[in-house]
Order: sequence, then C-alpha cells, then structure tokens
Amino acid sequence: MMVMVNALPFLWQGLLVSLQVSAVVMIMALVFGVLLGMALTYAPWWVAWPVRGYSDIARGLPLITLIFFVYYATPAVGLNISGWWAAVSALAAFETAHVSEVARGALQSIHHGQTDAGRAIGLTFGQRMLYVVFPQALRRFLPPWINTVVDTVKGSALLSLVGIVDLMLSVQQVIGRTFRPLPLYILGALIYFVINYTLSQVSRRLEAHFAYVRE
Amino acid sequence: MHYHLNFAIVWRHLDRLEWGLVLSLELAAAGIAAGIVIGLALALAAHGRGRVVRGIIAAYVEFIRNVPLLLLVYLVFYGIPSVGGFAYGATTSFIATLAVYAGAYLVEVFRAGLDAIPRGLIDAGRAIGLTPWQRTLYVRLPTMLRIVLPSLSNAFISLFKDTAIASVIAVPELTYGANWIYTNTFRIIEVYSVITPMYLVTGWTLLFLLRQVERRFALKRA
Repeated sequence: MMVMVNALPFLWQGLLVSLQVSAVVMIMALVFGVLLGMALTYAPWWVAWPVRGYSDIARGLPLITLIFFVYYATPAVGLNISGWWAAVSALAAFETAHVSEVARGALQSIHHGQTDAGRAIGLTFGQRMLYVVFPQALRRFLPPWINTVVDTVKGSALLSLVGIVDLMLSVQQVIGRTFRPLPLYILGALIYFVINYTLSQVSRRLEAHFAYVRE
Repeated sequence: MHYHLNFAIVWRHLDRLEWGLVLSLELAAAGIAAGIVIGLALALAAHGRGRVVRGIIAAYVEFIRNVPLLLLVYLVFYGIPSVGGFAYGATTSFIATLAVYAGAYLVEVFRAGLDAIPRGLIDAGRAIGLTPWQRTLYVRLPTMLRIVLPSLSNAFISLFKDTAIASVIAVPELTYGANWIYTNTFRIIEVYSVITPMYLVTGWTLLFLLRQVERRFALKRA
C-alpha cells in the first residue's frame, strides 16, 4: 500500500502528459472526424469514396501497428517531424476515422426532409448544417463521441511504447526502481479507471437525457 | 532523402509473418471462446439475481472496459507472477488476459441478448411443460445466441486486432514478426506495407464470412 502512495508524485507528470495527449487527439479527431463525416454523408462520390477508404483502412488496422508504422516510417522516408507528433498523429488518424463514422451516423439519422425544408426557405449549405442539421444530430453524436474519447485515453497508453513518458511509462519507470509490479500496475489501472469511468458515466447520462426524444 | 525499396528482405522472412498471422487468429479464437464462456456464465448468473451478485459482475465489467488493454496485459504477465511465486508463458498469459477482457464486453452483449428474447417464446416453453432449466437450455440460449451473433462477430474481429498488443510481451504474432524483421533489417516501409494488407484482408474476409453466417441464423421477425 505504501508503495502506491509513494509512487503518486512520480506519476503526476505522466498523468498530465496522458491528459494532454488525449486532449490534443480529441480535438484533432473531433474537427477532422466531423468534416470527414460530412464528406461521407453529403460529398460527391469522388470525395466520399477516398474518405470511406481512409476510414475503413484506419479502423481495420490495430492501433498499436499504426503507431509503430507512423513513428518509425516518418524518419525513414525523410519526413522531419518530432517523435511526439508522429505518435500523436497516428493516434489522431485512428480516432478521426472512428469519429467520422459517429458523425456520419448522426448526420444520416436526420431525415432529408429537414434539409429539403431548409433549402426551400433559401438557407445556404452552411446555414442548413448550422441551424437545421447539427442541433438535431447533436444528441445522436454526443454519447458515442464520448466513447471515442474513452478509447482515446485508453489508446494513449500505447504511446508509451514509442517513448512518450505518459502515465503508462511513468508506472513502468517506478516499477523499474521499486521492483513492485503488481501494486503499481493496479494503481495505474485505478487512475485510468477513474478518468474513463467518469467519461463513460457522462456518456450514459447524456444518452438517458436524450432518450425522451421520439422520432 | 532517398529510400530504396527492397522487398526481397521481407520475402526472405515471410514465414515469420505467415506464422504470425496464424497465431494472431489462434489468439483471437482462443480469446473469444474463453470470453464467451465467461460472458455467458456471468450473464446467466446476473439474470434475476440479487444486488450483490450483479454488483460484483458490474464492477468487473466496468473495471475492464475502462482500463487500457496494454496495462491489463502487463498486469497479468509481470504483475501477478511477481507475488504469486509462479510463472507462465507469454502466450498463456496473453490468452488469459484476452479472455478476461473479452468476457467483460460479452457479459453486456449476452445480458442485452437475454433481455431481447420475445416474452411469448418463454411463455410458450412454459405452456408445453418445459422445466425452468429446459427453458433456458432449449429456448433462451439458442434464441439469445441468434440475437447476439452480429455482436459476437464484431467482438471477434475487434479481438483479432487487439492481438497485436501481444507483441509487447514477445508473443510471436503478426506485429511482433514485423517488428522482428524491422529491428534486424531496418526495412520498416517494406515490412509494414506487407502486414498492413495482411491485417486488412484478413479482417475484411472475416467480416464477409461472418456476415454470411449471421444472415443464415438471423431471427426472422413477423
């Protein structure tokens, strides 16, 4: 028990890195994922098909494989970006594909009569999205999107494998000094659990909150 | 910068990738099989039981679902033997982890499946004089399995991808094979552009085949 308490100060920095990486990935995946989800729903086939291909490939690969590939291949082909950005982009590319599917599902759930009506009163595409589709699609989007955030936090642990000193790697560094793997892995698990369980509960609450709306 | 592609090195070590893919599929199959046993047992145990049993099962499910699989893999492989005074192989350790992990997802799947069984079906079983045990065995389980089949195939494909994490404890599956070739030859682009289609084609083939099975067993509703 004492070994857990003593380890806490050494895990703090790693926890912050995990949260920071997760936040960066979450924002990137949200922006690009919604854009790609719109492309999947509304764009002509020559835009939608490449996006479909990207999404299917990114979701069809193991995340750990994608991270290794991007992290080790970028310097090999002469791309000069930092290891941090290489690893974070791999995670973001993976989560973007998942968010794009969530966005696509939410957008497609809005009956096309809604956009037709918007068009009839002379709204532009941007206005139709902003005032007609998004407000209605939001309740379909939010709960599964938060689940992708949980996946992001869990996936960020894989960045420890390419040397990013996040919570996972901090736990292993403390184990390297104390030789007490079990209590420290349990402590790490509990910290991840607290973050993700909180997020999961928010997702569940929102789902229940939106459940009253009838089609 | 110039990077000259040389696939010959990858072909020379192709057997590592082939056997890696086979092991990945075996790990996923073992994981889903053990996960189904755990999931089914717990879903049936939770069904209509008291708050304590359901609470314990819910705690297990929530804990596993909210912790990174990587951490669970380390916990089982390095953590438990450190206090247990015993050891087990990396492959055994990973299969056990994957089973516990899959079990937590499948409990929820089976629980939802049990809830989705049409009420009239169980009443019909009662009407023809089946005992409670017979109703479970001949009515609930077969119907529930047909309902949850799509979720099971998704879980299987998901587990197939999760097997890549076994590479961190040196289980010689596909990603481990790729990393072995990479660290020995530095041919990162070549080796990963071979395993990427291996993962994708295998995953999509599984998806296609399982969809056929699902269609065959789909519950036809009036």
